[in-house]
Amino acid sequence: MRPSARPSSARALASLRELRMQPMKPSAMSKRKVKDSSEENAVSISQVQKILRERFCRHCASGKLFGMKQQYRHLLELLKRTTVHGESNSALIIGPRGSGKTALLNHVLKDLREMKQVSENLLEVHLNGLLQTNDKVALKEITRQLQLENVVGDKVFGSFAENLAFLLEALKRGNRTSSCPILFVLDEFDLFVHHKNQTLLYNLFDISQSAQTPVTVIGLTCRQDILELLEKRVKSRFSHRQIYLMNSFDFKQYIKIFKKQLSLPAEFPDESFAQKWNNNVQHLSEDKTVQDVLQNLFQHTKDLRSLHLLLMLAGSAVTVHHPLLTAADLQEASRQRSTDSKANIVHGLSVLEICLIIAMKHLNEVYDGEPFNFQMVYNEFQKFIQRKAHSMYNFEKPVVMKAFEHLLQLELVKPLERPSVRAQREYLLMKLLLDSSQIMDALQVYPNCPTDVKQWAASSLSWL
Amino acid sequence: MVLPLHLGEELPIITLNKEQTFYVKQSWDGKCFKILSPDTFSKLKEANKQRGVITNSSKAFIPSDVLTPLKKETKNVVQSATKPKNVDMEIESRHSTSKSSLAKERHSQRVANNDIKTPTARKKLELNSPTRSKGRLLGCEVLGLLDDDCDAVAPLETSATKRKVKFTSGILGSPPKIPCSNKSKSASETAGECQRFSDALRLSPYTKVRDFSEKDKNLHEKDDILSLAGDQKLSSQSPVLTPRSRRTCVQKTSALIAEQISILDQEDFLSGSDSSYSASSEEEEDDDLPCTPEKKTKSSRIFSTPKSSRKSTVHTPAKTPKKTPSQGTPRTPRNATPEIPRRIQAAQEPASVLEEARLRLHVSAIPESLPCREEEFQDIYNFVESKLIDGTGGCMYISGVPGTGKTATVHEVIRCLQQAAENDELPPFQFVEINGMKLTDPHQAYVQILEFLTGQKVTAAHAAVLLAKLFSTPGPKRNTTVLIVDELDLLWTRKQNVMYNLFDWPTQKHSKLIILAIANTMDLPERIMMNRVASRLGLTRMSFQPYTYKQLQQIISSRLKGVKAFEEDAVQLVSRKVAALSGDARRCLDICRRATEICEFAAQKKTPETVRMVHVTEAIDEMFSSPYVNAIRNASLHEQLFLKAVLAEFRRAGVEEATVQQVWGFFVTDTSDLDHKVVLLFIACMLRHAISCFVTVSIKEKLKLSGNSPRRKLKVDSYLCITVFLRRGRFVTGGFGFF
Repeated sequence: MRPSARPSSARALASLRELRMQPMKPSAMSKRKVKDSSEENAVSISQVQKILRERFCRHCASGKLFGMKQQYRHLLELLKRTTVHGESNSALIIGPRGSGKTALLNHVLKDLREMKQVSENLLEVHLNGLLQTNDKVALKEITRQLQLENVVGDKVFGSFAENLAFLLEALKRGNRTSSCPILFVLDEFDLFVHHKNQTLLYNLFDISQSAQTPVTVIGLTCRQDILELLEKRVKSRFSHRQIYLMNSFDFKQYIKIFKKQLSLPAEFPDESFAQKWNNNVQHLSEDKTVQDVLQNLFQHTKDLRSLHLLLMLAGSAVTVHHPLLTAADLQEASRQRSTDSKANIVHGLSVLEICLIIAMKHLNEVYDGEPFNFQMVYNEFQKFIQRKAHSMYNFEKPVVMKAFEHLLQLELVKPLERPSVRAQREYLLMKLLLDSSQIMDALQVYPNCPTDVKQWAASSLSWL
Repeated sequence: MVLPLHLGEELPIITLNKEQTFYVKQSWDGKCFKILSPDTFSKLKEANKQRGVITNSSKAFIPSDVLTPLKKETKNVVQSATKPKNVDMEIESRHSTSKSSLAKERHSQRVANNDIKTPTARKKLELNSPTRSKGRLLGCEVLGLLDDDCDAVAPLETSATKRKVKFTSGILGSPPKIPCSNKSKSASETAGECQRFSDALRLSPYTKVRDFSEKDKNLHEKDDILSLAGDQKLSSQSPVLTPRSRRTCVQKTSALIAEQISILDQEDFLSGSDSSYSASSEEEEDDDLPCTPEKKTKSSRIFSTPKSSRKSTVHTPAKTPKKTPSQGTPRTPRNATPEIPRRIQAAQEPASVLEEARLRLHVSAIPESLPCREEEFQDIYNFVESKLIDGTGGCMYISGVPGTGKTATVHEVIRCLQQAAENDELPPFQFVEINGMKLTDPHQAYVQILEFLTGQKVTAAHAAVLLAKLFSTPGPKRNTTVLIVDELDLLWTRKQNVMYNLFDWPTQKHSKLIILAIANTMDLPERIMMNRVASRLGLTRMSFQPYTYKQLQQIISSRLKGVKAFEEDAVQLVSRKVAALSGDARRCLDICRRATEICEFAAQKKTPETVRMVHVTEAIDEMFSSPYVNAIRNASLHEQLFLKAVLAEFRRAGVEEATVQQVWGFFVTDTSDLDHKVVLLFIACMLRHAISCFVTVSIKEKLKLSGNSPRRKLKVDSYLCITVFLRRGRFVTGGFGFF
């Protein structure tokens, strides 16, 4: 069996990033002379941090499953039959992002591995549509994970065709009663659909429908229309078992999940602290502001992962001096979560760049969202400079061009077509990717914004 | 010239111009070859000298149809090819010896000694020579040979090359698999050194030289077709003997071997090699498709240019020489059997009625008979049978939607025909199957067919040439080939040459090729094929109608014969439902299987019961119900609002297309608590994933905007417009995608 449970996926990377973003515990605390109690506190708080981080960052089998008992049973039975009876199967787990598809599968696999009759009796092959972008790569990965490459020896693997023939031959040799069953897990299943001719899917499903090595194919996808994407022959070979995960909980259950995710386990070493913490969590869940924050999030999305993100941000505020979570923490986290990154970028722009953006905004208003080019923006800017501006220095055109290109790099402006060698840069058609309301909001908080620029932003006609 | 003979074959007469010809007959008893006594070789040599050999011009062309009956032999040879390395080394050293000009002296010595049997040496050779004929090669001879090549490799090149040319001209046109090493080695023989040459020949399974050397003299003036055949055989077999991968620097190896042999205790050495050989042969027996490395194929292509091939043989010092018998297992990775590991615990047999039923209902379960396809079965059977009896070729096109039993029926036909052929009611035939979906490229079809027929592995272009030759050449002994082409539509190429060739071969007089082409669409020939292809396909067509509910019912009940697991009504419900939807038998069986699970699930506490209507209905609902309604119901509030806003915008604009900006306008007026457009975009993104059925992404548009991948594109911004496609009449809501 493969030692690593799952190839590093995009998700794992993302969670790693989250982990890094996490502000570190103030270890500087120890420098100062602190009381024993606060030292003890520090220990338990770092433990709390650890527990929470593990819970929120790792989407593995350690967490609990919410409201998917039936699906769990279905999948477990399915895989059990594969291993015990050598029955071939295929199934799709379908659900929106963050609905716990991978968690469900990991749970089932974990429980399956613990069963006596199953252990060591199942080969697992994990593929991810984001990593195995074509069938050739996928076949190589399958061969590697099945450890068949030792049969091939130290030779460089042959052509794609040879590889496919080799693998099919290998799978064909087996039979139901004597061969070790193989579980294929295809993460991001919808991406496999776009492979040429759907060869891999056809062959996997075909094996699962014929008397060869017992094979179970489990696909994970967030596309509800996945069956329509399958080619008709592939579709016919798929067993049409679909396990849906819908996040079908209501707000009350959402609050419960929130409580469960924050509560400390009973086996927490410092019992009194755990008691205090859990009481606080209970208190929080009844708090009006907290409920508002959660309600807001719940209305936006039922994705549990965004709840995790929120709790993660809030949890990072916990320190020795601030040992318990407060409603304010959650509010702050919610605010952080929903900040507009584009508007933040605008805060950091120079006045000249702001002026250019304002010019573009006016152009958009005048021409009703039609694309513009640099020359038009420059002309607009010139008008402003000549007639209105007192505080602005009249920059030369190359300088303005430079500023414009900076905006382009920040992706606040986007070219409609690719810049070609022929076309002059001044006349490339562009679109502004900011909304006027975003610009106005950003200007409100922009530090030291010249008044005339502000006035100009408010009305393009103000200089008349 | 080297000519191996079939065991049962008459000795051919060879008339080769200024060329030494060797007839080799060798017996293969499944484990090892027996060596031929050296005196045969001397006799042979004399015979050859006496003979004024005339090259037959027709020799240059070897009918490729001789290939087909050879398949079995080829297999054997493959096994012999995997002899342990030490044997290899001997072979190689012998080869190199034969190249040496100094070897002549040794030769006489050997001849003198030829009656002394050294058991060790014989054992060594037994590894690759038949047991039936008494092996009489001497240990000292081997050693002598080994000594020879240490010093004698280099000087012989020039003369060898010349001779090489002759040799190759003799087997010109033979299959390309011959690795240069073998060729050049044999070619490097001087005309007089036939004995050494036959030494080399002992490698091939046909080394019954003894009887031939006598007959040889008598049978001078026979027709040369047989000899051609023999020639062909050798050439088709010899390649596997010395795969290029095992070729080593001759000098190094021989020196090492000589050293070793002198050091090693002979008995140990041999027993070691023996055991390793048997092990490898066991391993090989599983694999009847010899896979030759790509490299070999390449070298085979330059086969007619003797110089280059010669070079490649002699100057490959980079390859690691096989040194010790412990390394004895040959490096033939491609030949190795790919196998999934065995399971540790035995698979449980079905315990309950429901489990038994589930097992039988699995699509993979092979029923005793195929109900409801008797007519089609009979038609196809008659078609193939008549062609088989006539010894002609033909095409048949079989169409039908997926899951109507096309492939199953055809396989059943083949099975019955094979049985009949075994009982000698029909002429024997070869059965080849290719599947368009299992090919990475349409042209790979040639490769697979050729591999099935002859065991050769060559490139696609070359395989096409070989196959064309094979099917266009008259071969009275060749068996008919029945070729199944599944998923025919995937063999489509722009020039359609693959299809053209496939359907052109059966029309040729001597092809003896019967093609059963299977695809889904009834009008495939008219739709995608050019006229010339469609015309060659002919009008023998058959279409499999989707199963009616009665047929489906019959299929289920025939599978469930003797197992009381389903209620009659339940079966009928399933079959009616499936027949109304698609008539796909696979679907039908899957539903039944799921129903047994549901039944088992529901009845866990109570005693096992039969599957009733309730369970079947649940299974059908599970499989066919649309998830969209449920998905929308479970979407978050803002996601639902967004959908409504989109709909409202549609209604307002009258166009089923909207930008985020427009939808945003609706949204703001409708809901007050939304503060930021980002939130809206966020929701839209979520929706794209959650209820992605609505998203119809126009790739063209997207590529125009940026070269990014569709996913990256979702870093949306308000001015990228959202186009929404509403599927009215389906659900309340429409779909939208981002551009």
